[in-house]
Amino acid sequence: MPTDTIPRPTRPSPWRNPAVRSMVVQVLFVAAVLALGAFLVHNTVVNLRRQNIAGGFGFLDREAAFGIGEALIAYTPADTYARAFLVGLLNTLYVAGLGVVLATILGTVMGIARLSRNWLVSKLAQIYVETFRNIPLLLQLFFWWGLLRETAPAPRLAWQPLPDVFVSNRGIAFAVPSPDPAYGWMALAFLVGLAATIGAFRWARQRQAQTGQQFPTGWIGLGLVVGLPLAMFLLSGAPLTLDRPEMKGFNFTGGHAVSPEFAALLLGLVIYSGTFIAEIVRAGILAVSWGQTEAAMALGLHPIQRMRLIVLPQALRVIIPPMTSQYLSLTKNSSLAVAIGYPDLVSVTNTMINQTGQAVEGIAMIMAVYLTISLIISALMNVYNRSVALVER
Amino acid sequence: MTDVTQELPIVVEPPPPATAGPLGWLRANLFSNVFNTILTILAAALLAVTIPPIIRWALFDAIWTAPNSRACRGAGACWAFIHEKLRFILFGTFPYEEQWRPLLAVVIFIALIVASCDRRLWGRSLAFLWLLGLVAVGVLMWGGIFGLSFVGNQLWSGLPLTLILAVVGMAFAFPLAILLALGRRSQLPAVRTICVAYIELIRGVPLITVLFMASVMLPLFLPAGMTIDKLLRAQVAIILFAAAYLAEVVRGGLQAIPKGQIEAADALGLTYWQRTRRIVLPQALALVIPPLVNTFIGTFKDTTLVIIIGLFDLLGTINAALNDANWRGTSTEAYIFAAAIYFCFCFFMSRYSQMLEREFNKGRRQ
Amino acid sequence: MTTESAGAPIIELRRLNKWYGEFHVLKDINLEVAKGERVVVCGPSGSGKSTMIRCINRLEEHQRGQIIVAGIELTSDVKNIEAIRREVGMVFQQFNLFPHLTVLQNLTLAPIWVRKLPKKEAEETARLYLERVKIPEQADKYPGQLSGGQQQRVAIARSLCMKPEIMLFDEPTSALDPEMIKEVLDVMIELAEEGMTMVCVTHEMGFARTVADTMVFMDRGEIVERGSPKEFFADPKSDRTKLFLSQILAH
Repeated sequence: MPTDTIPRPTRPSPWRNPAVRSMVVQVLFVAAVLALGAFLVHNTVVNLRRQNIAGGFGFLDREAAFGIGEALIAYTPADTYARAFLVGLLNTLYVAGLGVVLATILGTVMGIARLSRNWLVSKLAQIYVETFRNIPLLLQLFFWWGLLRETAPAPRLAWQPLPDVFVSNRGIAFAVPSPDPAYGWMALAFLVGLAATIGAFRWARQRQAQTGQQFPTGWIGLGLVVGLPLAMFLLSGAPLTLDRPEMKGFNFTGGHAVSPEFAALLLGLVIYSGTFIAEIVRAGILAVSWGQTEAAMALGLHPIQRMRLIVLPQALRVIIPPMTSQYLSLTKNSSLAVAIGYPDLVSVTNTMINQTGQAVEGIAMIMAVYLTISLIISALMNVYNRSVALVER
Repeated sequence: MTDVTQELPIVVEPPPPATAGPLGWLRANLFSNVFNTILTILAAALLAVTIPPIIRWALFDAIWTAPNSRACRGAGACWAFIHEKLRFILFGTFPYEEQWRPLLAVVIFIALIVASCDRRLWGRSLAFLWLLGLVAVGVLMWGGIFGLSFVGNQLWSGLPLTLILAVVGMAFAFPLAILLALGRRSQLPAVRTICVAYIELIRGVPLITVLFMASVMLPLFLPAGMTIDKLLRAQVAIILFAAAYLAEVVRGGLQAIPKGQIEAADALGLTYWQRTRRIVLPQALALVIPPLVNTFIGTFKDTTLVIIIGLFDLLGTINAALNDANWRGTSTEAYIFAAAIYFCFCFFMSRYSQMLEREFNKGRRQ
Repeated sequence: MTTESAGAPIIELRRLNKWYGEFHVLKDINLEVAKGERVVVCGPSGSGKSTMIRCINRLEEHQRGQIIVAGIELTSDVKNIEAIRREVGMVFQQFNLFPHLTVLQNLTLAPIWVRKLPKKEAEETARLYLERVKIPEQADKYPGQLSGGQQQRVAIARSLCMKPEIMLFDEPTSALDPEMIKEVLDVMIELAEEGMTMVCVTHEMGFARTVADTMVFMDRGEIVERGSPKEFFADPKSDRTKLFLSQILAH
């Protein structure tokens, strides 16, 4: 039958056509949002002009004229605002990075402890999680800061919980090994050990595929990574002089010291985030059904093999997405540093805003940094999720 | 081939003594093998070293009443500070004689929260009760009618302020979150993009920046001459922030609704708004009540951040109380007291949400 | 490691008792299974039949009595447990395939890591058994992509790859849709005809009649009756057995 004799459905009049309607709704919606935006922007510009506040990011080249208590790079008040911003950013990344590593360790240990068959250990871990999860983080930060700043004694009477570790109201000072060329060689030996371990893994895997024999790569690897640097250490005559903190005048010199602000921030962040990570790890391990472990047991696999080959791969799929979201939370929570005086990004930018009055630019810069970090972590996580997704119908 | 028939009476023996009863429990849970025994000993040692000094500090050596911190200096905790400053910590700068009003407001809040836990009340009547409660709280706090003297909201502080920020925040964030979640799942690309942008923007930045934005930028957004008071700025920030997180929770619920529900509603001829209001939303919201409660707990904890923009919630009044020169060095006791209050609220709410989750999972066959 | 003489039973349960807390779940169980014998265990739910076979490969621990498998006594000694588990294969009601591994990897995992076979040999054996259960083309698929009946057949092949002396089946068809039960039972019948020692907990009485050498009826933790299928179905001695059979054969 010729196609032009088949009747076509009649087109509805425009106001009844869903396509037209949705277009109209969207246009109206966008117009409303744009109108609101324009209104706000107009008001802002007028208000800023009235208060004689400049616009634009030109202020970044001006001299900062404020000091920053702790910085990872060289900084003086004569440097620009841009450099001050960088100092704050590095401080944030430093405390967040350290916090993420320590919180992961603490959280994983506590999560596994929660699952322990030992009632005492499991209950203690539960008390930890329930207590610190239900107290606001800012309160915990103030608590530790108060403890370290007010309750701690003056340096002359500092607490000494461990040999060569001094806790006073000027911070925590502890001994570090003084630098020695041997350490460079040890680092090299460590890298060599690492490379050798990777090579050993590859070789052992091939050998197992071909002959079925297993090789204790775990122990060998540990031996290489620890043993080679240790051998280098001993060969160089075991140089270990500790740079000890010593009382000179009113404070300690020598060793390494962290301010009470940094210590309180790190302590609070790690303990608080550790609770959430503990729950994530616990949920991840519980998510692997018991039947999987039973099937592995029935096949004759022993506990370490069961964990490595069956439980952990499945548990990690469930653990890693919420874990990365917790890492993001920790990074965002580090912004609370502004309340206890640690010069992180928000704290430094806050000072900048107070001095220049350019609140809009300052806040935009802070938000841009955190958004970038968020988006990067989200993107990485999406890549991970896609690569390990379980294949189903 | 054996062919044994047993018609003996059912013999039930008690288990061997070392495997059941209290001794059996100890063996299974604390001493089941060498590793466990070592763990138990280590844990017990840890407790023995840390708990007695803490109890001594907190109870036996503690000083319960004293005129100032000099008299309080001892090896023990200075609870006298709490005793002296209790009303200031709880109610802040609210006029002293009228402090029965914020006290009553707090009681109303607690009563409402406890009442909401009873599932028999869920529905229109509960919403109405909350509305009534909020109006009552407003009347009590502001005053000006029924013979109560007017108290401006600059003087509100302490526990009532924390509760108001959290409750009002959630109350307004909730409808906004529903709109955002629906918008994010909308078929219209413009609407979807704007909702996604809002949600991702707010979720990607710390609450403190949203508070700063509200505190510093809101006055700039308003036409010249209009002012907006500090409490309202903080409240708006909390609402906008909570809405983004709630929107994701609601979206989770919406995604869990089987497509068949929407198809059935369409087949019956319902419009988008009718099916959303009557079919999709009720089911979606019921599904996500435990995460909703968890978000409320998070918002409750987040109210502490308003101290950074100069409002005096419970944490703010504690800090202000600590500034008294007569009471130096009592920060530990003060923060422990504050922590206890927050812990009570958050712990019971989280227990409740866990209980809800268990019940919901029981009802659903997977 | 097995030191049984011809004629000695390959599984022996002597006065087996187990408690869950205060609840006495297995009461004085005595059972002997000879090599090549096919035993079908039936009974109402809660009778302890699954618990009993799970004790055989130590998925459950017993408190009193002895379990001797292939001449090895089952105690808390880890070496004994591992030796027994190598010789006993188990098929679960919920299949319990490893979802993150392909079908082939599921089958080769234990031979590689427990029997320490080279990969090629393990894969050859795996493909052989996949042919035996009639799904050789699924080797590179993931369990999530297979139907229930296919998954259970893979589970059977997975146990067979370890070349066990005994196969335990814990209600293998109870979680399957009706049209897939036959394909799994067919595989089990073939296995029985090749002389595998089998202990099978199941409700499939047709299968039992075809394959079983011994029927065992359990109720409330005890073995109430046992006998050849002919006597068991035609002339049950105990009232409890009669009641059970009337319920299960009614529909």
